[in-house]
Amino acid sequence: MQAQLEAQNFTVIAVALDSRPEEARPWIEAAKPTYPCLIDVDHRLAELYNMLNVPEAVWIDEQGTIVRPPEPAGAFEGFRQMDRSAFKVPDEVAAKTAAARQTYYAAVADWVAKGAASEHVMPGDAARAKLGAPGPDVGQAHALFRLGQLLLRGGNATEAADVFAQAARLHPDSWAIWRQTAPLDHRGFATGPEFWARVDALGAKRYYPKVDIKGMP
Amino acid sequence: MTTVVCEQQESTVAGTPDGAGALWVSNMDLERATGFTLKPEGFCRDHLCVPLPRGRETEFVQPGASPQVNAAAFWGHLGNPVVHDKAGTHWVLGTATEARASQLRSLAAPDFSLPDLDGKLHSLSEHRGRKVWLVSWASW
Repeated sequence: MQAQLEAQNFTVIAVALDSRPEEARPWIEAAKPTYPCLIDVDHRLAELYNMLNVPEAVWIDEQGTIVRPPEPAGAFEGFRQMDRSAFKVPDEVAAKTAAARQTYYAAVADWVAKGAASEHVMPGDAARAKLGAPGPDVGQAHALFRLGQLLLRGGNATEAADVFAQAARLHPDSWAIWRQTAPLDHRGFATGPEFWARVDALGAKRYYPKVDIKGMP
Repeated sequence: MTTVVCEQQESTVAGTPDGAGALWVSNMDLERATGFTLKPEGFCRDHLCVPLPRGRETEFVQPGASPQVNAAAFWGHLGNPVVHDKAGTHWVLGTATEARASQLRSLAAPDFSLPDLDGKLHSLSEHRGRKVWLVSWASW
């Protein structure tokens, strides 16, 4: 996307909410990015923008104004239909997921080309409404998450685990806090049985909230 | 020594936790950690001064030859979360949910500085004048 759009006064800034930068490194090196790929061990971006999961994106115009608040960056939750033992989604679901991503990227390209005239730019009131109202304990949860990271870097993993558990309890909507500190499976992903139990507990609720762009599933 | 995290700043201060939630530091360390400093009119940063609540001054300041200020009490008085480890040697002076939320409602994208893999810092504000697609991801 960057390659097609950077000539049009546009940049991607990719931020890895990753307390283990060495895990992020191979992904970044494989992408050979021409745009900033930043490492956010303390999840500061999630705190500043009230992001709950990855990937989430914010559209920011030339004046530094948010024209689309945080939302899933074209992600569709097809993974919920995967065969969990084979870690594989059915072909038609994979196709739907890929189509969702294309629809979303086309919307980004439309904004880059048309600016404020793009139908995907949200008027201020709509953008504010979409921000929602984070619960009162969210600030406390982010403070605890940072304390946990500080303890982890200082070698105190035991106390860090307690602090992370408190943070996750205070901010139950945050998948980023929970998954960052959850046990990893043999693939190195936080997709063990605890993850699936948490996903299943969502019931009819979305894991990636629906993106309000025409054609998004 | 005590580590204090506040916004982007991580400071080491000669703080003495009292085991009861206070963090007494010198005025100079308060300024290094938070940007605020105690003046006659209250705790001040830039043009903002927060007066000490009348009658409760001793919760915030211990006068003497080298006065000490209670960084934890002051930060909490601003309505912000204050958390620390059991030993009292690691503190995070956080930001209230509502303060973050009201900043977002202004729709002015909050600025940040974060390192790339080589440790070089990049700020959002360096890209003013361009459209930015700011996206999060993770290896987990």
